[in-house]
Amino acid sequence: MSALTHDNHGHHSAHDHHDHHEESFVSKYIFSQDHKMIGKQFLITAIFMGLVAMLLSILFRIQLAWPGESSDFLSFFLGETWAPGGILKENMYLGLVTIHGTIMVFFLLTGGLSGTFSNLLIPLQLGARDMASGFLNMISYWLFAISSVIMMISLFVETGPAMAGWTIYPPLSALPQAVEGSGLGMTLWLVSMTLFIAGSLIGSLNYIVTVLNLRTKGMSMTRMPLTVWAFFVTAILGVLSFPVLLSAAVLLMMDRLAGTSFYLSDIIVGGEMLENHGGSPLLYEHLFWFLGHPEVYIVLLPALGLSSEIIATNARKPIFGYRAMIGSILAIGFLSFIVWGHHMFVTGMNPFLGSVFVFTTLLIAIPSAVKVFNYLTTLWKGSIIFTPAMLFAIGLVSTFITGGVTGIILADSALDIAIHDTYFVVAHFHIVMGMSAVFGMFAGVYHWFPKMYGRMLNTRLGFAHFWVTIVGAYGVFFPMHFVGIAGAPRRYYDYSVYGEFDTNSYEMIMDLNVIITVFAIIAAIGQAIFIFNFFYSVYRGPKAVQNPWKSNTLEWTTPVEHVHGNWPGALPEVHRWPYDYSKPGMDEDYVLQTVPLGEGEEEH
Amino acid sequence: MSSKLVTLLVIVLGVLAVAQLVRLYELSSKLRNRREEDITNRDNKLNANLLLVFMFAFYGLFLYLMAEYGWTGRGDAATVHGVETDWLLNLNFGIIFAIFFLTNTLLFVFAWKYVKKPGVKAYFYPHNNKLELIWTVVPASVLTVIIILGLKTWNDVTGDSSKESIKVELFSKQFDWTARYAGQDNILGKFDYKLTTQENELALVTSATLDSAIKYMEFGKADSTVMGIKLLESKLNNPKNMFIPEDREKMEVDLDRKTRLLRLLYQMKARHNAKLDANAYDDLIQKDTLHLVVNKEYELSFRAKDVIHSAYFLHLRSQMNTVPGLTTKMKFIPTVTTKEMRERRNDPKFNYVLMCNKICGGAHYKMKMIVVIDSPAQYKAWLKSKTTFKDEFHKAPAAPASTTDAPADSTQMAKI
Repeated sequence: MSALTHDNHGHHSAHDHHDHHEESFVSKYIFSQDHKMIGKQFLITAIFMGLVAMLLSILFRIQLAWPGESSDFLSFFLGETWAPGGILKENMYLGLVTIHGTIMVFFLLTGGLSGTFSNLLIPLQLGARDMASGFLNMISYWLFAISSVIMMISLFVETGPAMAGWTIYPPLSALPQAVEGSGLGMTLWLVSMTLFIAGSLIGSLNYIVTVLNLRTKGMSMTRMPLTVWAFFVTAILGVLSFPVLLSAAVLLMMDRLAGTSFYLSDIIVGGEMLENHGGSPLLYEHLFWFLGHPEVYIVLLPALGLSSEIIATNARKPIFGYRAMIGSILAIGFLSFIVWGHHMFVTGMNPFLGSVFVFTTLLIAIPSAVKVFNYLTTLWKGSIIFTPAMLFAIGLVSTFITGGVTGIILADSALDIAIHDTYFVVAHFHIVMGMSAVFGMFAGVYHWFPKMYGRMLNTRLGFAHFWVTIVGAYGVFFPMHFVGIAGAPRRYYDYSVYGEFDTNSYEMIMDLNVIITVFAIIAAIGQAIFIFNFFYSVYRGPKAVQNPWKSNTLEWTTPVEHVHGNWPGALPEVHRWPYDYSKPGMDEDYVLQTVPLGEGEEEH
Repeated sequence: MSSKLVTLLVIVLGVLAVAQLVRLYELSSKLRNRREEDITNRDNKLNANLLLVFMFAFYGLFLYLMAEYGWTGRGDAATVHGVETDWLLNLNFGIIFAIFFLTNTLLFVFAWKYVKKPGVKAYFYPHNNKLELIWTVVPASVLTVIIILGLKTWNDVTGDSSKESIKVELFSKQFDWTARYAGQDNILGKFDYKLTTQENELALVTSATLDSAIKYMEFGKADSTVMGIKLLESKLNNPKNMFIPEDREKMEVDLDRKTRLLRLLYQMKARHNAKLDANAYDDLIQKDTLHLVVNKEYELSFRAKDVIHSAYFLHLRSQMNTVPGLTTKMKFIPTVTTKEMRERRNDPKFNYVLMCNKICGGAHYKMKMIVVIDSPAQYKAWLKSKTTFKDEFHKAPAAPASTTDAPADSTQMAKI
């Protein structure tokens, strides 16, 4: 209630000129144009997709830990077609790996993270009634939903889903003769991704326009919360890079269907001599990674934005170096466009070009280091409250460090040669991108759940969920570094091939694979806590108060019950930056952005 | 079946039990007037302590894994540049371990130390330009060192090989490797994928292979499992033959394709310089095992027949993708013979290996080739046992079981 007493701006008088017209079920829950509902739709869809992708990973982890052993679990999910006698088929292994990666990167961490929280928070934290275009926003979600459905369908086609890895390098992805998943499965993959990209583009344009045009009075760019800064830069990255992936996909489609030779040259496959000549798979790799690398930051920046907000709120301290944080977001965003070649050091790309990419890539470590040190300083001399959101945010900082430092090794082309495409890479990006982004997402869900559903999540279950997740996830991905350093290539169906030339490596890899799989299963089961907590609390959780975390930003000035247009009266006016926590001379340890500066008070 | 039912039942009961516990917890919270957003000091302390415990457990796991598995499998580098990159790798690992321990420790210790204490207010500390400058400049200067050392090594590793380097080509296809040595003249003969036949799997260009490819295109396999142009034409032109439309279309497409390819072959033949035949004729083709001689520089070039593969020599610290339509190259100088490495690793069965490290289809994981690094004497003896491409090509039997045309998967139909 204290939130309201702070709010002496007095917009309560202008009540109710928004009449609460009855909405039909369809316009409220299905084809909603309200950003809060669309955000929730993104979240629920992404949670479903995330669970599917996690299940897929458990399926192939079982194969990796106990290769060639029959498993009821596998035969239950995959049946006789893909796991005859409970033993996974080689091709389906690749299919599982491919779809796991695709769903996690695009559907969970792009659609789910940026889709959910950009939609929820951009208007709420900027003091806008809704997105710039509610209709386009709705289209954006439905394109995402349809693309999710198509991606799911591709799991059930007779020749299997796409099997060329989530990067779908041609010629493997272009030639059904090379692997069966490159038939209908790959076509569906491309169709699904095309819709996904269209949806993501519309969404991103909407976010950008909203941030630029719909900020409420007093909300200058330098008073925006770091969350919005992160979403804003993320949206710009998406707009600039996703079309390039689309062009890569279209050219691939042409090679597959129209007989063109963009990526194909001098190929004999399955005994058939193809006439394609003059194309280059390297062209595809360049186009793909021109998206692929910014994509990493499309996934990561929103998570960093969310955690900045959460860490400041729960440490009861201003985020340290607000402007440096904005600067580092911008620097990371810019640099992310000129580093894609570090995925291609050993592809046959000119080595000189490689050295340029080494330089630009390692530069990214600087803004990343600034962010980490700023987080640490924010915690220093704080008064930390460990909400589940805060725990996940701290987990994020840890994974961002742990995964980030190995990036320094991989970005160094001379060192990359021997570990490129090994499990070292798998460990690196799962920790720095996967774990960090998922932790950011969980932190966001725990923190803003009261805003989304007007109810509270159970805190104790949140603690349990956090501890199982961080122990499980580190247990999965940390040992992978050692498998990778021993030179285990990724996407191998069965590592017992090592037995044929190196007994020591063989024993180590087989042992570690069992440990990794056990942790993966623990972590997966741990997510049941979250799922239960989430759905239970949506319906039965205790009612939330208006500003449960005693936070400064505008979303906590809106009523708990959602109203169309967010604020029942006039839009709030902003008078200060969002991080006045524990400001000396104030009664409370937080000051809402709507509170005018006091007499002689300086704005931070 | 019953076990599945039981599992299902247990899950349902479990969920119900948790739901009841949660309700109980909520009721008790309500009674004590505790709200979800109010984290008790006890919970706060507990989580803070757990974070610290987690940090120690995490470091413990790390140190244990390092001690147990740190260098297993990788072992010593067996090339000149490998020793250099390993040194650099260790240096970089030293740097990142320091960062890892420093920042993670600060994170967890701060989280533990500055947990909310009743009556203590957080310190309002929005920014400090000096501090921020420090942690921009310090990482930047460390990175400068990393970049300079890294690029120096990278230039050495990827620079041109010397003229005397031994030229070897590695040919990759689903799912095996074939090596081709340049022979006496140390020049690899030219190739063109259109010349691929069962006697000439690597598609080398010589007057004889050109003729044989043309003949193959025109007449197909002797047992007519693969139809040549002539047979296709006669079948399609014969009014007595009845085909289902799909089959007819397939044959027509096949015929058109082969006719166009044949024209290209004739053009190639017309332009062919017979003097170059010698380059290819003395090449040596080797499957299964790649023999290298110790302390000689090698220039390896790579080809792919179907999809992208990657030639990954873990112990030689070398890797290069093989790309259809593109010749890629790398170089190295092996320094440790297989025999010596077995002694060093105390593993009499150890072998160097060339693995495929780019997803290339179902049997990707099986695509490998044993690499043997010989002493000069062993290498000489092995070389003696090899016959040149010329001899192999001319003595090739009429129609041996071909591996060229072996379908990669069961779904194949059309053949060359």
